Amino acid sequence: MKKILILLLLFFCTTIFLSAEENSDVINKISKNLRCVVCQGQSIYDYQSDFALSVKILIKKKLEEGHSEKKIYDYLKAKYGEWIVYEPELKKNTYLLWILPLILFVFGGLLIIKKAYIKDGKNK
Amino acid sequence: MLSNLGFYSLVFGLITSFVIIFKATTLIKNNENNFIININYLLFFQLFFVLLSFVFLLCSFILSDFSNITVYNYSHTTKPLFYKISGLWGNHEGSLLLWLLVLTSIIFIFVCDTKNFDSKYKLYTILFHEIIVIGFFLFVLFTSNPFEIIFPIPNEGLGLNPILQDPALAIHPPVLYLGYVGTSIIFSASLSAIINKNVTQPWANHIKKWTFISWIFLTLGIMLGSIWAYYELGWGGFWFWDPVENVSLMPWLCLTALLHCVLVLEKRNSLKNWTILLSIATFALSMSGTFLVRSGILNSVHTFANDPSRGVFILVFLLILILMAISIYFIFSSEEVDTKSFYWFSKETAVLINNWFMMYFLSVVLIGTVYPIFLEVITNQKISVGPPFYQKLLVPFLVPFLLFMAIGPKLKWIRDKISSINYKILFIVILTFLLAYLIMIYSSVKYLFATILIAMSIFLFFISFSDLFREKIQLPQKITHFSFSVLILSILLNGIFSKEINSNMKVGDELKFVNKIIKFKSIDLKEEKNYKALLGNFEITETGKYPIDFRPEIRIYNQPIISTSEADIRTNLISDNFIVFSLLKDEETFNVRYQFKPLMLLIWISSFFMAIGGVLAILKK
Amino acid sequence: MDIIIFYGNWRCISNIKKMSKKNKIYFILIIFISIVVFFSLLIGLNKENKYYPNAKNRLLDKEIIAKDLLLNKKVNFENIIKSNNYTIINIWSSWCVPCRSEHKFLMSLSDNTKINIIGLNYKDNENNAQNFLNELGNPFDFVLVDEDGLISIDLGAYGVPETFIINNQEKLIVKRYIGPIDKQILDEIKKIVK
Repeated sequence: MKKILILLLLFFCTTIFLSAEENSDVINKISKNLRCVVCQGQSIYDYQSDFALSVKILIKKKLEEGHSEKKIYDYLKAKYGEWIVYEPELKKNTYLLWILPLILFVFGGLLIIKKAYIKDGKNK
Repeated sequence: MLSNLGFYSLVFGLITSFVIIFKATTLIKNNENNFIININYLLFFQLFFVLLSFVFLLCSFILSDFSNITVYNYSHTTKPLFYKISGLWGNHEGSLLLWLLVLTSIIFIFVCDTKNFDSKYKLYTILFHEIIVIGFFLFVLFTSNPFEIIFPIPNEGLGLNPILQDPALAIHPPVLYLGYVGTSIIFSASLSAIINKNVTQPWANHIKKWTFISWIFLTLGIMLGSIWAYYELGWGGFWFWDPVENVSLMPWLCLTALLHCVLVLEKRNSLKNWTILLSIATFALSMSGTFLVRSGILNSVHTFANDPSRGVFILVFLLILILMAISIYFIFSSEEVDTKSFYWFSKETAVLINNWFMMYFLSVVLIGTVYPIFLEVITNQKISVGPPFYQKLLVPFLVPFLLFMAIGPKLKWIRDKISSINYKILFIVILTFLLAYLIMIYSSVKYLFATILIAMSIFLFFISFSDLFREKIQLPQKITHFSFSVLILSILLNGIFSKEINSNMKVGDELKFVNKIIKFKSIDLKEEKNYKALLGNFEITETGKYPIDFRPEIRIYNQPIISTSEADIRTNLISDNFIVFSLLKDEETFNVRYQFKPLMLLIWISSFFMAIGGVLAILKK
Repeated sequence: MDIIIFYGNWRCISNIKKMSKKNKIYFILIIFISIVVFFSLLIGLNKENKYYPNAKNRLLDKEIIAKDLLLNKKVNFENIIKSNNYTIINIWSSWCVPCRSEHKFLMSLSDNTKINIIGLNYKDNENNAQNFLNELGNPFDFVLVDEDGLISIDLGAYGVPETFIINNQEKLIVKRYIGPIDKQILDEIKKIVK
């Protein structure tokens, strides 16, 4: 029984670490990750404002110049602030954002183990 | 005239609410059972006044009575009748009146429905529910009055935003509110039960029905909202992790966890405290949702008109309700040790695991939605939390969740043997990995994780499909779980196999994409009652097949002056073909977006059947 | 109403005493958290919902070399800012309606020879731009052409019209205005560049 548990756990761990991104058109991918400052509810990809169109041209140009995705995001963040990227960067002020759900998950797991353990102990 | 009648009707309703609360407290204190009938009449009158008020507003909308400021702001004489009616709840004030209507209806139905129950329990439920009702009455009458009058009376209204003029969106609010308000009655009933030490198996059986009703409507409401977003907004997506969408998803996750807990409570008389806690949380989430989208604290395309003063009211109201509920929970919760024991490999554990994952998903969505608010309060810095965050935190956990979901429903209560895993399951596992491997080869995705995820959802699909034929499992459960597996599988396959192309075209241009040729043939002009449109004639030819015509539109409405792009979507069971085009500054060129989206229809059908499973569970009585 | 409170209180007090220590701690903790959350949200309510990127005190990091509309040759921004203390960059287009109303304020600014005024012609047709200037006057020392909008992005602008005040020595953006200039903003600009 323990073996199956360990297998499941390993399996579970690998899934987290191998969570990789998919192969798609890079410009579209980047522009989907950017917010349009003009119409603040949509992404650069979805919207056709002048600003959005210019940003798409910019992304294309920078990719041709060999810039990496991260550099493009950094460039835009320097001009428009962190807000413009949909994915919050893992920084000092966002550690809590990323970690807290995971902590809660572990905490919940511990609660369940405790509850099941108590039950199991009583049963034996 | 109608506005005045509507307003005073609401006032009478409020007065009735106060009478009800007073009557209920008197009856509780005096321990009397006989006069409960009077309260039924009072509840009926409360509902009657609200209904009357609603009908008056409805008449104002239908007759285009522009002396009423709400009608003026959100309606127009050229609007089709169906949308004149749905315009009533397409705005903040009107939608609150709808909330009130559903709130007052549900307590009345609840009391009529629970004839055999302990009086005290019913009275306390009424008491708590009336606190909520009064809160909403005050909110409407003092901050969001739909019956404000404007003078001089304008000849024409400002019109309803055309993207809201869609059948799915027209019925989306009533359905969704039935879900939200359902959580309120569960809340009131749970608080009442815990005070009366009534958290028992018969109570679970009784509250189960209301939990299901709320869950069904919330599921359908979310589905309708997604359908609208997909068909109407023209971006080809159906879920954007927008704050307003998240706010409807959070109570749903909590309610799903609650549903499973109530089932455990009914069968095994355990998990009492946790069930009550979940009831409180679900209602708190649906109320917080109301707060978040109506107060202007969040930036979203979907929010109602922003008004911070309304936000303050709801926030204070919410604080009072939560403090009251938490106090009652801690003071009255049973300290008795849960003596029902269960072996760890059992259905109880499976439900606990379901709750564990639901709470995790809930925490991800909640933290993602509200974190930017808190960060801004503390550091005055604005950040965005968008789809990549949710995907990165949720998708990996889907894998174990799907696995547990495949195993869990099959386990027996109390204790199950591992040896019950038999050759049939082994066969399914092998078949699953084979299929997953084939899918990965065929698609452009070649990462191990995606393969595992697909494998898990296929596994769940086969297991739940085979469960359809197992006698021992209940029908509603079989249908809902199977539909859920189809839903997940469709969403995943849709995500992997969707293709799209985005290009600027002039009339006469041709675009080659994978195995299709997209031809931009011509432009036509069309004029309708409240808009003019540019129709694009496109022809898509797939190699070896007949060409199909597409006619997306760019509409320019007259009141309010808005231009929208209407996509043309050809749907069949296998896939959707989706074309939308929009104006660019250069009047000769248009931006054309073509998307190929497989299995969209299956996504809607499976979510609908999930709800059907819930309906069957109620009817099973 | 006070009847129920009294009744409730009586039951509560006896029950509170029965509450275990652990539960009491949780109870107080949750109440505390609720109140903290409440006040945070209250503060959050009054914050501005829409996002305005902050351009102030940002350094101009890249060189801007662009074609001048009227001279019809490439001009280097570095050379322009060698003279005077401040430079005003105004982003405009012939198709932008508010640009027309703000143009007269720019004209009055152009009298001041101690500052450079540069126009950045955003995503425009050259002839239309020329006609615009012929019709309403040319307040600009130089008119740079930004055909695809990339220079505006480099400045951190996102719409039109926008106006920047640049400190020439430090190559720093001192102030940025979104939207057309009006009398109030004009006075403010005049005060800053004095």
